[in-house]
Amino acid sequence: MANKVLAILEQRDGNLKKISLEVSKTASDLAGKLNIEAEAVVIGNEIADLVNVGSYGIKKVTHIKNADLGNYSTSAYTELVSNFIDETGADIILFGNTALGKDLAPHVAVKVNAGIGVDCTNLDVSDGEIIATRPVYAGKALVNIKVNSDKKVFTLRPNVFNAGEPSGETAEVEVKNVDSVNLSIKVTETKKSEGKLDVAEASIIVSGGRGMKGPEHFDIVEELADLLGAAVGASRAAVDAGWRPHSEQVGQTGKTVSPNLYIALGISGAIQHLAGMRSSKYIVAVNKDPDAPIFGVADYGITGDVFEVVPAMIEEIKKIKS
Amino acid sequence: MKIVVCVNHVPDTATKVKVGADGKTIDPAGVTYVVNPYDEYAIEEALKTKEKFGGEVVVVSLGGDSNKESIRKALAMGADSAVLLKNDSYRDSMSVAKALAEEIKNQGAEIVFFGKQSVDYDNSITGQITAEMLGYNCITVVVELSIEGDKVIAEREIEGGKEVVETKLPVVITAQKGLNEPRYASLKGIMAAKRKTIEEKDAVQSESFVEVVEMKKPVPKQAGKILGSDASAVPELVRLLREEAKVI
Ligand SMILES: Cc1cc2nc3c(=O)[nH]c(=O)nc-3n(C[C@H](O)[C@H](O)[C@H](O)COP(=O)(O)OP(=O)(O)OC[C@H]3O[C@@H](n4cnc5c(N)ncnc54)[C@H](O)[C@@H]3O)c2cc1C
Ligand SMILES: Nc1ncnc2c1ncn2[C@@H]1O[C@H](COP(=O)(O)O)[C@@H](O)[C@H]1O
Repeated sequence: MANKVLAILEQRDGNLKKISLEVSKTASDLAGKLNIEAEAVVIGNEIADLVNVGSYGIKKVTHIKNADLGNYSTSAYTELVSNFIDETGADIILFGNTALGKDLAPHVAVKVNAGIGVDCTNLDVSDGEIIATRPVYAGKALVNIKVNSDKKVFTLRPNVFNAGEPSGETAEVEVKNVDSVNLSIKVTETKKSEGKLDVAEASIIVSGGRGMKGPEHFDIVEELADLLGAAVGASRAAVDAGWRPHSEQVGQTGKTVSPNLYIALGISGAIQHLAGMRSSKYIVAVNKDPDAPIFGVADYGITGDVFEVVPAMIEEIKKIKS
Repeated sequence: MKIVVCVNHVPDTATKVKVGADGKTIDPAGVTYVVNPYDEYAIEEALKTKEKFGGEVVVVSLGGDSNKESIRKALAMGADSAVLLKNDSYRDSMSVAKALAEEIKNQGAEIVFFGKQSVDYDNSITGQITAEMLGYNCITVVVELSIEGDKVIAEREIEGGKEVVETKLPVVITAQKGLNEPRYASLKGIMAAKRKTIEEKDAVQSESFVEVVEMKKPVPKQAGKILGSDASAVPELVRLLREEAKVI
């Protein structure tokens, strides 16, 4: 029998990330199905508005605090999270499948002797057992998995588990100050890409491919993205040509994304590109080739020239915004 | 410096996946296997590290006989020798890492390169697990690396930017695209690889925690609506995005 679900929350610059709400809600829902308790833990220095996770079903959150913990440290976080798991007796541990979660969760799994199922898109309970669903082969197949160890670690794909509307309840926050932390691996600097939203975190993505013809034409991609509050993405062809940075590449060897809206401009829809974005909730394609495979996954398509259609989209959206 | 690079042998990214007869794995018919794309960056960085500091690059791969194709490619790029940890049945990453860790310990490696992710199960965890088992430091998703004495400084990709991470040897590095440009194997390299040894051993066995219950294909998307062939379709598109999809 399972004992307790623990949600591992994530902050950056002292603010909880959106994935933390998704992990909180999923942990409390799962605990409900298993008839056990859920709680949460977060590591950091100053963290704002922690009580708000109460709105997502978490009654108690522990804040492990030290001035050196504002930045991520694989060594410190591994030790602190693993010790906390031992102290609370939690045996089902949920992380976000983010840059931090992907780095940390496997270290913790080894420390607490847990099996680990990553990048889950669904967690179900059947006969008291957790069945996790996750995409494999870049989303070309799905597997249902069971983790057959006493302790189980799962990481959740961002933007897939719905945090839902906040209930307005507040969580009890316990602050645990720690004196010294193990910084044998430490972040000395964070370099932010100038004011840009990352495709991995955006709820709307506007992506351009080889059909954009050159780096100078991405100004209309950027303008459309700005209007929609979206991140700019790119196909590998656009990245390999040096038009866009690799951090924007969507696909099997780029980033896997599941935004609410994905707009593909001048992208053919090669299997490796589809692999990274086919789980988007809505897909729009603009491509002058009606046989382009991108139309096979698009909800709405326009079989036209991007240099005509994109400016018209910009105008139309400006119109509805004013 | 003793350098190990862990290389996985995986289906080509262009593979059309079909579920096999057991309902749990893919149908291998017609599938081409290649060096895991991220492991090419790992191999390149291992070679560059050797070129800078001297030493030896040993390839370690766990799997069946066919893994030798990928091992040969790494040897042709310039690795010195290789170990094939023989294993034919399914193992989870925890169990794969245990066998890799055992061999890395045998080799006494100070720096170990992994790819950031295998493009089969897309786990992205084997490097971290192996490092934790060995008590090595670990930096993942690395796009820039420098080593001075026993000090290791790396840049790793995170959402919306990069982190500069500092640690010490011994270390596990998982390689991301952008770290380097993998070299092509020269004809000379390919010839030389034929004479290099691939040592074969049975992989240390341990329990797999993760069990695959079922594999299935995702439900195919409904064919979408083509709204038109020029800019005149834009107002309808924007209307649908607002009123039907409710995403803008
Ligand atoms: C190991 C491996 C990994 C890969 N990983 C990735 C990955 O992660 N991500 C990725 O994207 N790709 C990846 N690829 C590459 C992939 O196979 C394709 O080559 C790539 O996605 C093509 O990019 P594209 O659609 O921009 O270009 P193209 O395939 O050249 O398509 C351009 C499209 O633009 C259209 N077009 C041209 N002009 C206009 C116009 N004026 N108006 C409208 N439409 C126009 C054309 O009709 C065409 O469909 C990978 C390949 C390999 C082998
Ligand atoms: N069977 C294997 N043999 C050698 N290395 C492996 C094996 N499986 C995974 N790896 C290494 O671990 C990395 C991450 O793999 P994964 O955790 O499976 O996504 C790969 O890029 C390889 O470097």
